[in-house]
Amino acid sequence: MPQEFGPGCQRPAIKKPSPVSVPDQNSDVKEVSTSMIKVGKAAPDFTAPAYYQGKFVTTGLSEYRGKWVLLCFYPGDFTFV
Amino acid sequence: MKALNVEVLSVSVDSVYVHKMWNDHELSKMINKDIPFMMLSDQDGSIGKMYGIYDEDSGVETRGRFIIDPDGIVQGFEVLTPPVGRNVAETIRQIQAFQLVRNSKGTEATPSGWKPGKKTLKPSPDLVGNVWKEWKVSEAFKD
Repeated sequence: MPQEFGPGCQRPAIKKPSPVSVPDQNSDVKEVSTSMIKVGKAAPDFTAPAYYQGKFVTTGLSEYRGKWVLLCFYPGDFTFV
Repeated sequence: MKALNVEVLSVSVDSVYVHKMWNDHELSKMINKDIPFMMLSDQDGSIGKMYGIYDEDSGVETRGRFIIDPDGIVQGFEVLTPPVGRNVAETIRQIQAFQLVRNSKGTEATPSGWKPGKKTLKPSPDLVGNVWKEWKVSEAFKD
């Protein structure tokens, strides 16, 4: 039976199937860096699609060099807080 | 933020189409105009991972807020779990403080509780051991 969940700011965790590891002959193990940002160090650059005043555009952090930037992440559109 | 000459970029894992719907159907009704900043879409969470605020378990980005200076250097950040909203006034205060320090070319520093108009400190050899003469603890709590 599908279970109803109440509305809230916390999304229910996605149940992911445990990944089946495929042994790769030339497996270069790629370290995905999830280390925390450090103050006083460069902010990682990125480009991304964006919505801005009626238009869909592509933008990136490097376009804002020379300006102060406030970069704000949030859990999702139509959430409550 | 406009008055402070700060560019705001918001990021979530929603698509740009959902951003448009959210702007059109809810946010624009709160402020009686379109959202005045870029709403970025990070659908694979790759930007969030770089900034260390992507939550793998729920597939969303937590409330990470980064102040980046004109040289692209991170000056400060704050990360909250989803149910608690940010204090925008404190973010503005921090930006004002970082801008003051930068404009002074590092000759001034803002002590605890600093707000625009309050006293700054000028770090120098003479100030070592003498902060107590220049600054009182009560100033950290006074408006």
